[in-house]
Amino acid sequence: MSINTKKGIPEGIWSKCAACGEVIFQKEFFAGYKVCPGCSFHYPLSAHERLDTLLDMGTFRELDANMTSANPLAFVGNKPYEESLEASVANTGLKEAVVTGYGKLNARTVVIAVMDFRFIGGSMGSVVGEKITRAIEYAAKKHAPLIIVAASGGARMQEGMFSLAQMAKTSAALGKLADKHVPYISIMTHPTTGGVTASFPALADIIIAEPGALIGFTGARVIEDTLKEKLPDGFQTAEFMLEHGMVDMVVERKEIKGEIAALLDMFQMGAAGRPQATLSVGDIVPGADVARKMQKSMQTGVKKSAKNIKTQVKRLQGK
Amino acid sequence: MLDFEKHIEDMEKRLDELKRLSAGSKEDLSLEIDELERQLAEHKTKVYSQLTPWQRVQIARHPDRPQTRDFIEMIFHDFIELHGDRLYGDDAAIVGGPAFLDGRAVMVIGQHKGHTTRERVTCNFGSPHPEGYRKALRLMKLAEKFNLPVITFIDTQGAYPGVGAEERGQAWAIADNLMRMSQLRVPIVAVNIAEGGSGGALALGVADRLLMLENAWYSVISPEGCASILYKDAAKAPEAAESLKMTADALYKNGIVDEVVPEPVGGAHRAPNATAENLHAALNRALEEISASPVGTMLDLRYAKLRAIGAFEEPQPTPQ
Ligand SMILES: [Zn+2]
Repeated sequence: MSINTKKGIPEGIWSKCAACGEVIFQKEFFAGYKVCPGCSFHYPLSAHERLDTLLDMGTFRELDANMTSANPLAFVGNKPYEESLEASVANTGLKEAVVTGYGKLNARTVVIAVMDFRFIGGSMGSVVGEKITRAIEYAAKKHAPLIIVAASGGARMQEGMFSLAQMAKTSAALGKLADKHVPYISIMTHPTTGGVTASFPALADIIIAEPGALIGFTGARVIEDTLKEKLPDGFQTAEFMLEHGMVDMVVERKEIKGEIAALLDMFQMGAAGRPQATLSVGDIVPGADVARKMQKSMQTGVKKSAKNIKTQVKRLQGK
Repeated sequence: MLDFEKHIEDMEKRLDELKRLSAGSKEDLSLEIDELERQLAEHKTKVYSQLTPWQRVQIARHPDRPQTRDFIEMIFHDFIELHGDRLYGDDAAIVGGPAFLDGRAVMVIGQHKGHTTRERVTCNFGSPHPEGYRKALRLMKLAEKFNLPVITFIDTQGAYPGVGAEERGQAWAIADNLMRMSQLRVPIVAVNIAEGGSGGALALGVADRLLMLENAWYSVISPEGCASILYKDAAKAPEAAESLKMTADALYKNGIVDEVVPEPVGGAHRAPNATAENLHAALNRALEEISASPVGTMLDLRYAKLRAIGAFEEPQPTPQ
């Protein structure tokens, strides 16, 4: 037995789960895609980890990888916008809060966009809006099913109205995709909140939510401050949204890929006679399996989220 | 009265006093009156040409500022108010129905805040619930069916923050409007008449032309909200208002807004009718321009307009 971290995030061979306090073995933890085998708490994933859980190994091809944010408002605030961007780039190794591209999902070609919450809270500015819009347009052009994984605290304040306009831009692009009868599946992960929720994540044919994810429009604290009343138990959780008819299903992380494949199969049958996906990923690049890759990618960003995990658990338990 | 208007108010009082004295006496005060009127006009021009973003926010929030129902009254005729989303309820925060804009039948929809305390409470201060946005969409679909152009008035600090609003899918209702408005097969002109708070405002703001009254603000977050996040202090809202570039003028420069509709000196609350006249003319002009294109072209132009907003750098674009 070896090190047990202070914050409760698994490290070494075993550790205590930050959510339930039970001992979990690393091997099991990564094999379950960072889900606690004891309490089923879904730990956050980076964009690339998420891609690994959804796409066939070695099939992901990135699009628009070189796009970076400008500072259209010359926003300073409490610190210059450029500083926040640089810190996120250094912390995540990403250029922005979304990674887009295409690849194979159980041998079906799909276009995919995955947000990364570690990058300025997964907020949507011009780059996120543009990359997602291009992914939508690409899916429409290639008649390839679209999958978008949301993880976002909302619009990116530092870009002001440029940021708000991305909600309209992505939504308009989805209108065109729908006209082409190309399936779009939205995956809402923790958290999917603020203005972002009121755009592409809510406009899918199928909405899948991860267990325990925070999903909503207005932040719970704002509602509490306005209403001066206690919020219902489990307010704005994935399960709450399922109960209120806002999502199709709450699915454990490991089951999401299979669920999507099954749905696409059925939609595909109905689409006989319609234009078919014309997108090839070329040669498959061999690599380590998902669990092994995750183990290698133990990031400090994930460790830092221990406090957030405690908050999320409290909310789930209605405390 | 707003802080920065104190001196104007004082001068106006003195002018009234002089005029009263002059009327009741044989003494000729016309020179003094002329001089004071000149000074007042000069001072007003100076104050109102140098308004800070935060001062404009104050004007936008002035209790006497004309609201959606007032503009409907002043600009349109034969307005017939329609109610309900046919799903859950009727939200007083959004008013709408067909009306005539001069010789043209249109569908007019807008957020309404209310003037009296009672009306404000009924309207939830202009913050709509999902049923409000769904009513708006229902009316837009009705307009599409009968080929009526749509005119929307934006005036909200944001969508209603409440448990019921979340339970009934606030985000879903707003998103649906964004998508459907982008495809609506009739002209849409949106006007921000005072306050445009985030997604709750945008849900009526996808349009062929986005107009903004001179002293209105439009932002991804309210200045107070931004200040509490950045400085943990809502009192720093004036600084946030500056940083967010949320005034009509700044948004026009950034290509977000198509036209700034001028307000008479001092703001719309000082001259509602003159403001309505300016807006009336701007609406007719916008509808004229949009209607010049066939529907297909109009929709392509609308998409291109939404599509073009964004500021980013891309050294080597991925070839597709
Ligand atoms: Zn656990």
